[in-house]
Amino acid sequence: MDLSLSTETVGDRTVVRVGGEIDVYTAPKLREQLVELVNDGSYHLVVDMEGVDFLDSTGLGVLVGGLKRVRAHEGSLRLVCNQERILKIFRITGLTKVFPIHTSVDEAVSATD
Amino acid sequence: MATVELLFSALPEHVRTARLVAAAVARRAGVDEAVLDEVRLAVGEACTRAVGLHRMNEVDQPVLVRLTEEEKKFSIEVGDGIPAGPGASGGPAGAGADEADDESRMGLAVISGLVDDVEVTTGPDGGTIRMTWPVSPAAVHQV
Repeated sequence: MDLSLSTETVGDRTVVRVGGEIDVYTAPKLREQLVELVNDGSYHLVVDMEGVDFLDSTGLGVLVGGLKRVRAHEGSLRLVCNQERILKIFRITGLTKVFPIHTSVDEAVSATD
Repeated sequence: MATVELLFSALPEHVRTARLVAAAVARRAGVDEAVLDEVRLAVGEACTRAVGLHRMNEVDQPVLVRLTEEEKKFSIEVGDGIPAGPGASGGPAGAGADEADDESRMGLAVISGLVDDVEVTTGPDGGTIRMTWPVSPAAVHQV
């Protein structure tokens, strides 16, 4: 399965909906998308992971890279994820302390801190 | 002898194939269904690392994955093909090196966080990550 990406602007946030598998082969596409958004001036990103079937450390690396980029512009990167098997990967790498993880896009879009 | 051996060209697009094969063989060997996601992720991490090392060190030989079913355990070995030596374990140089290095470190963090029984060895033929899971006897060869 490949990676699917779509973006939508909600207020001052840009929601990136990700579907499929994020691994060493597909992660560069996600990286390109995040870099492009930041280069275009979108500094408050919400990455919706509800459609993600598989995530590995390469994907985590891309998300951390995205976070570094938006923070350089005083922006934010929030995640939406309810899937236990994906959340587990964030937990064992300690990244739950790094990313704000929300249960819905609405919650992430309206979050302020 | 391994139950199944898989050799693949060190290209990112083949890591998914390795994950699928490993999960299928693990299931057949009787590894608990609840653990199969972990097997899939761990073997993917080990193969991703091996592909990265092959490419960084310009090693032409394929990545070797050995899946071995034993009486009470199932093990996966992934060789990186890089013999121990100066520079062999160093991070990639050049643009994006920081991110690649972060990813490599996270890959090992994921493996050690997921798998209780992990052994990393280095030898003349290269480094090997060996991961072992218990097999529930009742589940073996269920149809």
